[in-house]
Amino acid sequence: MSHISPVIWQFLVKWMTNFALFPPEASKIAPQMDALYFFMVLVSLIGLTIVILLITIFSVMYSKQRHPVAVQIEGSTLLEATWTIIPLGLFLVMFVWGALIYFRVYTPPANAMNIYVVGKQWMWKAEHPGGQHEINALHIPMDRPIQLTLISQDVFHSFSIPAFRVKREAIPGRYTSVWFEATTPGTYHLFCTQYCGTNHSQMIGDIVVLTQDDYKKWLAGSTSGMSLAQNGERLFASLSCNACHNTRPDARGPNLANVYGSKLALSNGGTVLADDAYLRESILNPSQHITQGFQPIMPTYQGQVSEEGVISLVEYIKNLNSGYRIQQTLNTTDLLPEGEGKSTPAASGPAGQKTAPQGMVKQ
Amino acid sequence: MSDSTAIAHGAQEHAHGEHPPYLRHHFENTAQQADAAGFAMWLFLLTEVMFFGGMFTAYLIYRNWYYPAFVAASHQLNIFWGTLNTAVLITSSFTMAMGVWCAEIRKQSGLVLCLVLTFILGLGFLGIKTIEYKEKIEKHHVPGFHYSLQSFLDPASDPEIYNEYHDKPLALDMARHTEVYFSLYFAMTGMHALHMIIGIAILGYMIFRARAGAYTAGHVTFVENFGLYWHFVDIVWIFLFPLLYLISRHAN
Amino acid sequence: MSATIVSLPDQSTARIPKVNFLTKENGILSWLLTGDHKRIAILYLISITFFFFIGGSMAGLIRMELLTPQSDLMATDTYNKVFTMHGIIMIFFFLVPSVPATLGNFLIPLMLGAKDLALPKINLLSWYLYIAAGTIAIYTMATGGVDTGWTFTTPLSTHYVNTNVLTTGLAVFIAGFSSIFTGLNFIVTIHKMRAPGMTWFRMPLFVWAHYAASILMVLGTPVLAIAIVLVALERTIGIGVFDPAKGGDPILFQHLFWFYSHPAVYIMILPGFGVISETISTFSRKRVFGYTAVAFSSVAIAVFGFFVWAHHMFIMGVSNYAVLVFSLLTMLVAVPSAIKIFNWTFTLYKGSITFETPMLYTFGFMGLFTIGGLTGVFLGASGTDIHLTETYFIVAHFHFVMVGGMLMAFLAGVHFWWPKMTGRMYPEKISQLAAVVTFIGFNFTFFPQFILGTLGMPRRYAAYPPEFQVLNVFSTAGATILGVGYLLPLLYLTWSLKYGEIAGNNPWQATGLEWQTQSPPLTENFLVTPIMDHEAYDYEWLEKQKEKEVASVG
Repeated sequence: MSHISPVIWQFLVKWMTNFALFPPEASKIAPQMDALYFFMVLVSLIGLTIVILLITIFSVMYSKQRHPVAVQIEGSTLLEATWTIIPLGLFLVMFVWGALIYFRVYTPPANAMNIYVVGKQWMWKAEHPGGQHEINALHIPMDRPIQLTLISQDVFHSFSIPAFRVKREAIPGRYTSVWFEATTPGTYHLFCTQYCGTNHSQMIGDIVVLTQDDYKKWLAGSTSGMSLAQNGERLFASLSCNACHNTRPDARGPNLANVYGSKLALSNGGTVLADDAYLRESILNPSQHITQGFQPIMPTYQGQVSEEGVISLVEYIKNLNSGYRIQQTLNTTDLLPEGEGKSTPAASGPAGQKTAPQGMVKQ
Repeated sequence: MSDSTAIAHGAQEHAHGEHPPYLRHHFENTAQQADAAGFAMWLFLLTEVMFFGGMFTAYLIYRNWYYPAFVAASHQLNIFWGTLNTAVLITSSFTMAMGVWCAEIRKQSGLVLCLVLTFILGLGFLGIKTIEYKEKIEKHHVPGFHYSLQSFLDPASDPEIYNEYHDKPLALDMARHTEVYFSLYFAMTGMHALHMIIGIAILGYMIFRARAGAYTAGHVTFVENFGLYWHFVDIVWIFLFPLLYLISRHAN
Repeated sequence: MSATIVSLPDQSTARIPKVNFLTKENGILSWLLTGDHKRIAILYLISITFFFFIGGSMAGLIRMELLTPQSDLMATDTYNKVFTMHGIIMIFFFLVPSVPATLGNFLIPLMLGAKDLALPKINLLSWYLYIAAGTIAIYTMATGGVDTGWTFTTPLSTHYVNTNVLTTGLAVFIAGFSSIFTGLNFIVTIHKMRAPGMTWFRMPLFVWAHYAASILMVLGTPVLAIAIVLVALERTIGIGVFDPAKGGDPILFQHLFWFYSHPAVYIMILPGFGVISETISTFSRKRVFGYTAVAFSSVAIAVFGFFVWAHHMFIMGVSNYAVLVFSLLTMLVAVPSAIKIFNWTFTLYKGSITFETPMLYTFGFMGLFTIGGLTGVFLGASGTDIHLTETYFIVAHFHFVMVGGMLMAFLAGVHFWWPKMTGRMYPEKISQLAAVVTFIGFNFTFFPQFILGTLGMPRRYAAYPPEFQVLNVFSTAGATILGVGYLLPLLYLTWSLKYGEIAGNNPWQATGLEWQTQSPPLTENFLVTPIMDHEAYDYEWLEKQKEKEVASVG
């Protein structure tokens, strides 16, 4: 909105916010979305005014008392064309503008800091990469792109931050994501906006935007031990992923160092991008995508590992840029006495796959 | 569209000799009545297409995602019974069409015979389906009820099928997806069977009425339109058979 | 020069015609086993009014709960059941059958010059299916209700609630078939039973609108039926089609559900469009401006309406490119509605306008539907939808189009054709008051909800942050006024059955074959099959008819 004075614009928004008629703008995308919103309000007002004016003027000018005999008019192709093309044109402008904003909201930049959010009846659990866990709250630094990777443990939920103008469904079975960059410190509403059962209206919380310094302080003060990647490494070993996914030349599974973000060739000839969704699918439904050159022997870990566990594993693999840590886990695992923390998946070969190991591994 | 001619009806009682007794009074003539009834049946069949369409959509998507599971699960269906059922149903469509012709040429005995044959063939279809369903129940392939993955994790444990197709064992997660195949199998064939049952019940009624001469006095609309319904149910099966039974029948 | 077009016979001598469809046969069985489309229409009118007031009471409960930020009037579970049942009853048991099953059933054969619909027994079956479905719905409410929301989102509805999902699903399934059979009947009648001379482009626009709605009913409703069947199977035996743990996908349910439920909104509004065409023409004494455009735009809405369903799923993780396609198509489907509004507006141009009650409702419709429709564009643009979806903006949007639009059109139609159906006029002054009260109440109720939505207040919330209270109180206050506005017609229309003025054949001096026969009509509608030798909305033809009548009576 470069042609509206920024002072007037800010004043308008602040005034409406103070009168609780408009939500605060607290993210980079918010003013962009508001610009389209106000354009639509303007167009609607003009359209509505035209219709109301016409109806009123015609009703007055052509009331039965003023205009006793009606003139039969078939129509007017010119008018039809006008009120087809002008609305269509305006709607198409809104379509393009809206699509641009939509793509912007759902295409995170590469340098976004990723936070995982798991929704469940009836709370939001946020997992920071550094291991901080939050329930119904999210502390984030301002002026940094933040990406949320969302998933639900049960039913559909929807993560909504009105002040940022972002919202995304959290679905069971797959990741969804959204990103934003907060611009103003403060506390803002977090709502679940997809009806999810009894306490749907209680599934609310706070988004706390901190300055960079305050955020560092918060991080230091609320760490709870292992980071997500560290927890992932622990799981990688205790679930015996390293039995196949190691860096040995005769390894039965592909080397996972640097796999995140790469394009993998599959055994059926296709290729796939190894993103978060792919990593999650390969842990839970490995038979669907087999990397070229490897056998389809990976067992599924569905039922063995929770969504948080999967998140930790995904985060671990994302940060793997060499085989060194994997080697380390092998050393540690080999040191453990038999049966301790080890499960036995790959004693079977290609024929006669046994069912996967029993029992949930402690998260 | 409507090429009915205007006939003025007096408000007084009209002699029923002027038009056939089966002409409903809101129609101008029997041609309009038959036309409307036929059109209505075609429209109804269109709604049935949309009804089955939802399940075909689900099938399309899941087969695309879980092809190996669909192949393995499809091998569990007995192709002999399936083919026999297809033949039975196509034959019943033939006998039904013959029945319609008999009604049109006013041959009552022919009509009754064709309807009875269609009825028997329809029952035969359901009988074969019962055999197939029973087999599935015994092998624990009914989704939800003690569903067993044994045949897919260890195909060799099922020698009949294994000797035919030599399926490789599926991984656990892919094996679990066979349950989706069977869900669609039971939902689609079950819905189809329900339509068959309704059709057979109506056939029973029609045999009764045909023996009383109801359809061979010039008023064939009911038989014709039922014929349309029966052919539709047949066509749904002709789609179901290859999609469910013939996914990948060559030996591995 | 009077400010009304109403032309009633001399009240001291006028009588309701002795023989009409109401008096032809007596006894309850003659009603319950009737094939007469007019009687079935009356049966429907009584039934949907009953369900409307049940749904309306639920709305009252919702608004009362929302007076305060806390969930204090009723348990949260109860609130969830109340808004679910409000949605299900209002959509499936009021809005979908409202105009088609009452006015459509009554008028389409009359407007086409036919003696009845093509399939009278199917018509009666349709009503019985509706009653069966309604009975099951009431049973559901009496035995604990259902709390999934009217949208039955899986996996909530399949695995996470203990309430009456199956019985509700059954009720909706059966109601769906009631709707399919009504639509089927209309399509066959319109194709096969038009009077001689009645070409497609001589039909009233009311019939065109119902034709388009019927196509949607017939093609869309079966997909809802199968979605419900799959939910039932998933819920009872766990087949897994929507369960990620078994390889299924809950988004598949969304696609199947919205494939019907989007066309459903056009099923609901198109018949209302039909009513507006009739009233705006009659009360301007003019042929509808751009008849062909209005006719084709109805069909265009029906066709395009099938291709926009995923705009209900923009934030659910469907691909960005799918969103592009559906957003574009949504913009296209918005255009025909705009065309109609302008054509109706220009019907007023150089007309001779009077402001009887149906016209007041018509004006209300045009203003409120314009707002509702435009706010739909806010939602169709994918970017703004991110912020506005799943909030009270959506609630406001659909209430503007459905209540401000469709319900107003329904009331316009009921008042307009009341004299034809009953032979008596409704009392004009109080009905005009009711129309104005309804309009005011409606705006107070639902306009604040747009603001609440933009502020971010989510829908289906029993409790909300305190800063939203002022607007909620406004909304509830408006709802009280709205309730009065809806109660009044129930009272005065019932009163008019005994005490209303005798209407005569054509109190509005309207064109249209239904007005050329007695009020109430004969069971067989016409003694002599009419021959359509003039265009629709031909006021010059009407003048000539009057001259002929005057000449013959002497």
